[in-house]
Amino acid sequence: MTAARSSLARSVAAHAILIAYTLIALFPVFVIVVNAFKARRDIFNTPLALPTPESFSLVGFETVTSQGNFLLYFQNSLIVTVVALACVLLFGAMAAFALSEYRFRGNTLMGLYLALGIMIPIRLGTVAILQIMVASGLVNTLTALILVYTAQGLPLAIFILSEFMRSVSDDLKNAGRVDGLSEYRIFFTLVLPLVRPALATVAVFTMIPIWNDLWFPLILAPAESTKTVTLGAQMFIGQFVTNWNAVLAALTLAIVPVLVLYLIFSRQLIRGITSGAVK
Amino acid sequence: MTALELSGIKKTFGSTDVLHGIDLTVEEGEFVIFVGPSGCGKSTLLRIIAGLEDASEGTVRIAGETVNATPPAKRGIAMVFQSYALYPHLTVKGNMSLAMKQEGAAKAEIEERVGTASRMLGLEPLLERRPAELSGGQRQRVAIGRAVVRKPKLFLFDEPLSNLDAALRVNTRLEIARLHRELAATMVYVTHDQVEAMTLADKIVVMNAGRIEQVGSPMELYNRPANTFVAGFIGSPQMNFLDAAALGDTTAKTIGIRPEHIAVSAEVGDLACEVTHIEQLGADTNLYLRNETVGPFTARLFGEHYFAPDSRVHVSFDRTKQHRFDTEGQAIR
Repeated sequence: MTAARSSLARSVAAHAILIAYTLIALFPVFVIVVNAFKARRDIFNTPLALPTPESFSLVGFETVTSQGNFLLYFQNSLIVTVVALACVLLFGAMAAFALSEYRFRGNTLMGLYLALGIMIPIRLGTVAILQIMVASGLVNTLTALILVYTAQGLPLAIFILSEFMRSVSDDLKNAGRVDGLSEYRIFFTLVLPLVRPALATVAVFTMIPIWNDLWFPLILAPAESTKTVTLGAQMFIGQFVTNWNAVLAALTLAIVPVLVLYLIFSRQLIRGITSGAVK
Repeated sequence: MTALELSGIKKTFGSTDVLHGIDLTVEEGEFVIFVGPSGCGKSTLLRIIAGLEDASEGTVRIAGETVNATPPAKRGIAMVFQSYALYPHLTVKGNMSLAMKQEGAAKAEIEERVGTASRMLGLEPLLERRPAELSGGQRQRVAIGRAVVRKPKLFLFDEPLSNLDAALRVNTRLEIARLHRELAATMVYVTHDQVEAMTLADKIVVMNAGRIEQVGSPMELYNRPANTFVAGFIGSPQMNFLDAAALGDTTAKTIGIRPEHIAVSAEVGDLACEVTHIEQLGADTNLYLRNETVGPFTARLFGEHYFAPDSRVHVSFDRTKQHRFDTEGQAIR
């Protein structure tokens, strides 16, 4: 194995870079999780130390579960993320299918228009979005967040998925047409399973910003009944006093659901395409 | 009865013309093959017949009915694709029965037809497998089975053998020929391989650059090609095109002579030439020759022969089998 394609020095260097990057990426998460299990004094004295029997404390988690409405916040976050994600994947995939499959006037223009959102951040339109939501009475509802996040996620989803859909064999779709399948059945039963890895990628990239977002929940749905986890964690950050135990505990808890969702999708990613349809 | 009738079929993509008015009739039970180099429009024509592509102009009639506005599933056709195009999520049986289920056929009838088709193609042991568990040859047999189950008025084949290796290609070719005999069905088949065309077809349609160059039986095309394109496309090795003037013929521009109609001898012949290369295939031998006035050409000898490269030989053309072409490349008859 040491022959032609691998040299020790090169693979050591590659691994060193990868490990360094992993450490950098994981460090903030590590600090949050470690300190969530420590008493307040120890957070400030030895922020990088692991919790010891003396410094171990669950006071943050106790505050979170007793004070806030955290179960509700979690539920809100989950509803918003899952529904927005479902909408992004469904509508994104459908739009991508239309763009890649059908020849119609203005196809390229439409594709560019739909991809424009990748370059222009949706937050630039916050004021207008707020006005629309106020006018339509959607302020302080989860619907408002779901709509905004769907709009936010669609451009990238359409961009990535339409590239992948172009690679799905024309013969397969045509075979479906000859056998009398409707375009919807072709889309759902033939094309979607074949682009599943791409769907998983899009899902991961769409989901995490939604879950972590503070901006739109703060502006569009700050009411107690519609708070998301990220917004809920803010109530422990005061102008003068911050309950770091509670903040860190809340953030630690907030990692769990998104991690689970991520694991589900990455399994899909790795499992790969259903092979054997063509060649 | 006419199984398929194309009249004035034109197809344009944007500003490029792909088909320039195709007229063709196919009789019932005929095996018709569209052959031509890649990009000649033969696949597009097949897709227009299938209804997967709309013709820009012209009408398609299947079994006497105009089907221009009929969706593919209602045209009474079945299609076999180059990449097999089996549904990955269905078993072999599911693949074969899907179309009939869509038509709302009775379960017993579906069972019976799938049974008949799978017996015919030897697919019975594979019925419960998924496409991913099959080899390339098996997949293509399933794809053919899927077409047979529907009992279509018209079978369409889009380069069905191109993805198979050489040995499997011959077997599947024989299978398709047998199927055509047993079913007595009308088949339209697209290929770029003239050997497939010659061995399978009742009628070959030679296409080039969106036009039909010639329609005829394999032997008609071999013996009486209408122009230099057809003459060069049919037959392997390719027909030699020699300058007529160099051979002393002033009424034609080009003389076409097939490699198998050239006799080679070490001592006597009409033309002295040099051997540039030799290919020994066992059953026959291809000689690549060069003459100073006529240029390079190929001779095909039957049986084993050997002439050393760079040695000099004498050839005689069988002038009764030569083809004469005018300046436009059309055959002079």
